[in-house]
Amino acid sequence: MTSGFVIFGRLALAAGLICLCIAPFAFTPAVLVLLTQALSMLSLAMLWNLVAGYGNVMVIGQHAFVGIGAYAFYGFAMLAGLHMAVALPAAMAVTLAFGSMVYAMLYRLRTAYLAVGSWVVAETLMLVASRLPGFGGGSGASLPANLLRTFGARVPERLSTIYIMVLAVAVLTFVLIWALMRSRIGLGLAALRDNEEGAAVAGVNTRLVRAACFILAAPMVGLVGVLVTLQEGRISPVASFSMLDWTIYVLFIVVIGGLGSLEGPIIGTLVFFLLRELLQDYGTLYLITLGAISILIVLFAPTGLWGLARRKLGRDLIPLTHDPKTGGAS
Amino acid sequence: MTGLLDQIIQAVLLGGLYAIFALGLAISVGVLKFINVAHGDLIVAMSFLMLTLTNSLGLPVPVALIVLIPVGAGVGWLLQFGLFQRAASQNELQIILITFGLSVIIQNGLLGLYGADTRKVTAGGIEMASINLFGNINAGVLPLIIFVTACLLIVGLEQILYRTGLGIQIRAIADAPAAAKLVGLRLAGLMAVAMAMVGITEAVSGGLMSIWTNFDPSSGSSRLLIAFEVVVLAGLGSFWGVLVGGIIIALAQTFGGMIDSAFQMLAGHIVFLVLFLFRPQGLFPKT
Repeated sequence: MTSGFVIFGRLALAAGLICLCIAPFAFTPAVLVLLTQALSMLSLAMLWNLVAGYGNVMVIGQHAFVGIGAYAFYGFAMLAGLHMAVALPAAMAVTLAFGSMVYAMLYRLRTAYLAVGSWVVAETLMLVASRLPGFGGGSGASLPANLLRTFGARVPERLSTIYIMVLAVAVLTFVLIWALMRSRIGLGLAALRDNEEGAAVAGVNTRLVRAACFILAAPMVGLVGVLVTLQEGRISPVASFSMLDWTIYVLFIVVIGGLGSLEGPIIGTLVFFLLRELLQDYGTLYLITLGAISILIVLFAPTGLWGLARRKLGRDLIPLTHDPKTGGAS
Repeated sequence: MTGLLDQIIQAVLLGGLYAIFALGLAISVGVLKFINVAHGDLIVAMSFLMLTLTNSLGLPVPVALIVLIPVGAGVGWLLQFGLFQRAASQNELQIILITFGLSVIIQNGLLGLYGADTRKVTAGGIEMASINLFGNINAGVLPLIIFVTACLLIVGLEQILYRTGLGIQIRAIADAPAAAKLVGLRLAGLMAVAMAMVGITEAVSGGLMSIWTNFDPSSGSSRLLIAFEVVVLAGLGSFWGVLVGGIIIALAQTFGGMIDSAFQMLAGHIVFLVLFLFRPQGLFPKT
C-alpha cells in the first residue's frame, strides 16, 4: 500500500522537475544562475554518492576530476581548436582515462588510506595543472568571448543555454545511476552498501562492482567540470580543482541528505542551498554549522535526513528495490 | 658541493619535524584503525594555542611548550572518548566523515578566532642561532632540537608500547580487539589513552612548528598530507621507519625546491606516489 505521504513526495518530485524544465522561461537570470549552481552540485552529489554511498569507496579527491574535465576541455577547445561537439566528449574521455589510472593505483588501499590517497592525487594534479604550459599557470585562463558566444549572443540567452545543458546532465546522471542500480551491478552495489562481507559471501564480485562505479563516475564528474567552466567562463587551478566547492560541500550534501540512497542527494542539495541563503553572511560560522550538522547526522542518523523520513514512510519515493511480495518492482 | 651537503643536512633535520607530524597518525592508524582527517588541523590549532600562550599571556617558549603537552593529551582523550568512540560501532567510512567534519570546524574556528593572516611564534633568537658542525657546514640550533625531540619521542613511544604493561594492553587491542575484550581489557579507555598519546605528539609538533615555520588556519591540510605520506611510506613496522619516511619526503621537497620553488610540494607528492606504486606495503612493513 502506498501511503498519502509517499504520493505527496512523488508529486513534489514531479512538480520540481516540471519547474526545472520551464525555469528558463519562468525565472529571472539571478534565479537561473542559482539553479544552475544547485543542479551542478546535485550532479556531483549523486556521483559521489554512487562511489562512496553505494560502492563504499571513500574518495575525498573528487575535485580532481572536476579540474581534469575543465582543463581537458580548455585544451581541446582552445589550444587544439576543436569544435565543441568534439571537445566535450574528448574531455570526458580524458577524465575516464585518469579515473581508470587513479583507480588502478589506489584500489589496493584500505578505506581510510584510499580517502587520503585520493586527496594526495588531487593535490598533485592541481599542482601539475598550475605548471602546465598554455593553461595560464597559477592564475588560469579565460575562455574567449567568441567561444562563449556559441551558447547565445547575449548573456541571458547564454545563461539559459548553459542552464539547459546543466539540467540535461543532472537528469542524465540521475537516469544513469537509477538504471545502474536496477541492473545486476546495482543489486551487487546495494548488497555492498548494506554489508560488504555478506555481499562477498553471497557471490557479488565486489572488486568489479566497485571499479565499475568509480570508473563510470569519473567521466560524468569531468562533464560537470566542463559545464562549471562554461558557467565561470574561465579555468584556474584554485577554482577548477577547488576542494571546498567540489568535495567538501558535496560530501556535506550527501551526508546530510542521506548516504546510499537516490533521494539523499536531492534532499541534501535543497537543505544545503537553503542553509547557504540563510547563513552565508556569517562566513566561517556557516561552515562550522555544516560541519557540526554532518557530525551529528553521522553519529545519530547515519542514513541522513532521507533515512529518517524513510523510516516513517516505509518505502522509497523513487522505486528501486524489488518487492519480494509481488515479485515486481514496487 | 658544500651547498649541496648543506641542503641535505637541512632536509634531514626537516624530516625530523615531518616525523613528529606523522608519529601521531601512525599510532591512530596502527592502534585505533582510522585516519584522523583533522590531524593536521589539530597540529595547527596547537600552533595557534602556542601563539596565544607566548604572545598574549607572555609565557616563555619552553614553559608554553610544557603547558601545551597536557592540553594536547586532554584534547586527544576527550575527542576519542566523546566523539570517535561513539562512532566505533559503525564502519570506517563513518569515522572518516566525522573527522572530516571536525577538520572543517577547526579550520573555520581558527579562521574566525585568529583571522587569515600568516603567523609565526618568535622564540627570542633561538630560531636564528646555528652551530658549526664541521668544515663550513652549519646547522640551525632549532632544527637540531626538533630532530633530537623526534628521536626522543620515537624512543619514548617504543619504550611505552613494548616495555610497559600499558603498552602490551594497547598492542593487544590493536592486534585483536575482540580477544582483548574477552580477557577483560577496557577497550574504550585504552583507545582514549592511545589517542591522548596522539594528542601529545600533536602538541609537540604544533608547538615546535609554530617557531620554525609560518602557519595560518588553512595549513592543516598540507600537514595532514605530509603526515599521511610519511606513514604510508614507512609502512606499519617501526617508529624509526617514520623518521626515514619523513626524511625522504623532506629530501624530495628540498631537491624539488632547488629546481624551482613552485616545484617543492609537487616533488614531495610525486616521490611519494612513485615509491607507493613500487612498494604499496611501505618501506618497513611489519613482518
